[in-house]
Amino acid sequence: MSTHDAVAAPPTAGEANYLNCSHGFRSWFFTLDHKRIGVMYLASILSFFLLGGILALLIRTELLTPTRTLMSADDYNKVFTLHGAIMIFLFIIPGIPAALGNFVLPLMLGAKDVALPRLNLASYHLYLIGALIAVLSIVQGGVDAGWTFYAPYSTTTNTAVVTLTFGVFVLGFSSVFTGLNFIVTMHKMRPAGMGWFDMPLMLWALYATSIIQVLATPILGITMVLLIVERVMGIGIFDPALGGDPVLYQHFFWFYSHPAVYIMILPAMGIISEVVSVFSRKHIFGYRAIAYSSLAIAAFSFLVWGHHMFTSGQSELMNMIFSALTFSVSIPSAVKMFNWLSTMYKGSIRFDTPMIYALSFMFLFGIGGLTGLFLGSLATDVHLHDTYFVVAHFHYVMFGGTVIAFLAGLHYWWPKMFGRMYDERWGRISAIIISVGFNITFFTQFVMGSQGMPRRYYAYVDKFEPYHVISSIGSYLMAAGFFMTAWYLVKSLYRGRPAPVNPWGGGSLEWQAASPPVMHNFTDEPVGGDPYDYTNQAYDPALGGYVLRKTEVSDR
Amino acid sequence: MSTPHEGRDEHADPHLQHHFGSMVQQYDSGKFGMWLFLVTEVLLFGGLFCAYAVYRANHPEIFAYAHQFLDKTLGGLNTLVLIVSSLTMAMAVRSAQLGQQRRLKQMLAATLLCACVFLGVKGVEYEHKWKHGLLWGTRYVPQGEAASPASTNATAVETTAGTVAVPADGGTTLPHAASGPEGLADRPQAGHDGATSGGHGPAGPAPRNVHLFFGIYFVMTGLHGIHVLAGMVAIVWLLRRSAAGEFGPGYFAPVDFVGLYWHLVDLIWIFLFPLLYLIH
Repeated sequence: MSTHDAVAAPPTAGEANYLNCSHGFRSWFFTLDHKRIGVMYLASILSFFLLGGILALLIRTELLTPTRTLMSADDYNKVFTLHGAIMIFLFIIPGIPAALGNFVLPLMLGAKDVALPRLNLASYHLYLIGALIAVLSIVQGGVDAGWTFYAPYSTTTNTAVVTLTFGVFVLGFSSVFTGLNFIVTMHKMRPAGMGWFDMPLMLWALYATSIIQVLATPILGITMVLLIVERVMGIGIFDPALGGDPVLYQHFFWFYSHPAVYIMILPAMGIISEVVSVFSRKHIFGYRAIAYSSLAIAAFSFLVWGHHMFTSGQSELMNMIFSALTFSVSIPSAVKMFNWLSTMYKGSIRFDTPMIYALSFMFLFGIGGLTGLFLGSLATDVHLHDTYFVVAHFHYVMFGGTVIAFLAGLHYWWPKMFGRMYDERWGRISAIIISVGFNITFFTQFVMGSQGMPRRYYAYVDKFEPYHVISSIGSYLMAAGFFMTAWYLVKSLYRGRPAPVNPWGGGSLEWQAASPPVMHNFTDEPVGGDPYDYTNQAYDPALGGYVLRKTEVSDR
Repeated sequence: MSTPHEGRDEHADPHLQHHFGSMVQQYDSGKFGMWLFLVTEVLLFGGLFCAYAVYRANHPEIFAYAHQFLDKTLGGLNTLVLIVSSLTMAMAVRSAQLGQQRRLKQMLAATLLCACVFLGVKGVEYEHKWKHGLLWGTRYVPQGEAASPASTNATAVETTAGTVAVPADGGTTLPHAASGPEGLADRPQAGHDGATSGGHGPAGPAPRNVHLFFGIYFVMTGLHGIHVLAGMVAIVWLLRRSAAGEFGPGYFAPVDFVGLYWHLVDLIWIFLFPLLYLIH
């Protein structure tokens, strides 16, 4: 987190930008500038991504052999719990909205900041506090209840459940504040000429995400409160021995946590909508359909939580209803997918790093989404429930979907955020390595799962060993890709070519701000218009980026 | 951070933050944000209301029995106090809008006083529950008559006051309270008759798992109490700022927003009171 101070400002005409306009720890830690808060979020979530990734490698290494490889079974339980909790609550949920979203949202609106900058800072501070509390649970010996904290095990295990869940409770407030801020910003800060349907689709995605954050996260809050109260005071509400109902915990938990996977995937879809259009040099196909499908996904997200409990003793009628509603989520998801493909159709596609990630997203999310239908069908779910098939599905959606899209967005906006171009060749190579490594890791898990390998097991029967070995090798390949990415991105901060204002030829307003933007974002009022109209843009080889055509400029 | 940016149409209001074009836009944004925050608060309590609904639907007998240990008089008094506080809060907002500095401070102070009274009464109620072991989960150990149906000795309540024993066996074999403690609550079914109240329970034999009701009662009223406390902190903050004369017709947003929050806290109690105290 303290690395930002070392970020060297590129020599953009000697003008002060948001990175170098003030110095020192306080100027960052107590800043109200959405860009700095976004960068602090970015550094924080990447730190936790590294931590969660190391835990993932520990899991995969342990699973190389059917019995003990590295650690005891108890330690293994703690490692996968922490991997899940850190990746979900500290990385993926704040990942795209709070880090990238915070940076680009006001820029895309042509605004000077989010509507409530102090709340934005409070959200970051709460994130840090929640993260520290959550990490404190490691010092206290870890937690072994799984990231879902299912009662009654979570209420009876003698590990640091209270610390971790309290951390999650605090992180929930952070998430609510970010979402609330974004909704207010989009309602109240749009410039005069920008209607709802003139916004870039990233903003629609962030809007839908924010709605879920605001409406679902409080339920997580109260669930964590009840769990803590259950453990500390023995209130019995989830304890069958006291007349409580542990399935009620599952309902509460998934009422948040199912919408939460859409908190994770919707902004990712927003990034893909931007990247696909810009790198196909073609207007986005089906703008309204994509915008509405974001809202539709947000609405459906609240109606499908019961599909996590098909085998928990729900009534058959409820199972059927939840199954049907689960299937309906595939409609808006497919609407997006087909619109992206139609956008690419007859476009002049450029395979820059963000686009490679976007294509990878479509491939991986396609698999992840379709395998979700296997799990949404009642009959197959009974067979696949709690197997590696679920693990693979989840990772295809969350990693193949969200993380890959996050990387697409990170590379797409990196020049804007730091004013430096990364090494494009290494970018492409590591994008391909990460995608290939990902498929090796998780496709084998589909096979394992369909053959009955249960999730979360420490020891397994010998016949699964080849699959586990292949999966682990894939994870090492992925890790190599990530370290390459980290290396060339950090290198670009020091040695990268200064970024032009518009390196990719994007049409949304953030590409009219300097790279990196000045303190108040825009020196001149940005010129609005269709964010997906590229007809006026011309590539200027001298700048290494795009400029608006002269004739068009003089017309205004 | 709230220094006005030069070159804007508004006359330089010191409260206008740099990224807003006008005070109206700033006020609207804040108000919208506050309403959204209230939505999250409703949902936070919504989880508890949901738990209440589930348990009441599954175990109506627990609620019918256990609610009689709550004191309707004190609960009603608290309802009244909170409604009055909402009135004074609304008047405080009005005073801020009209720039009536003295009245603003008076109304805020009155609201704060009401909040103190509310928490005080709540404390008395909690203390009664504590004394009689009417607590949650494994700590539900009805003292006095509630614990031993045979006992009609009212002094048992006094002798065991404050000592709450936790049974060692996890609580599945909790003693079934056959009668309620004396002097705790009005008993509409039995009629208010102090002389005979020790003879039999409020509504016959106690059902199993009565502690679930008290668990829900304490979590709901406890969380509500925390919200009252948070509101009091906010009102003290408003009082300090109004003492400095910061609010007036041009700038009253903080008073307005805290007012909204306070009305929500009031409203939640308006739901809690009948759901916990006035059920049959």
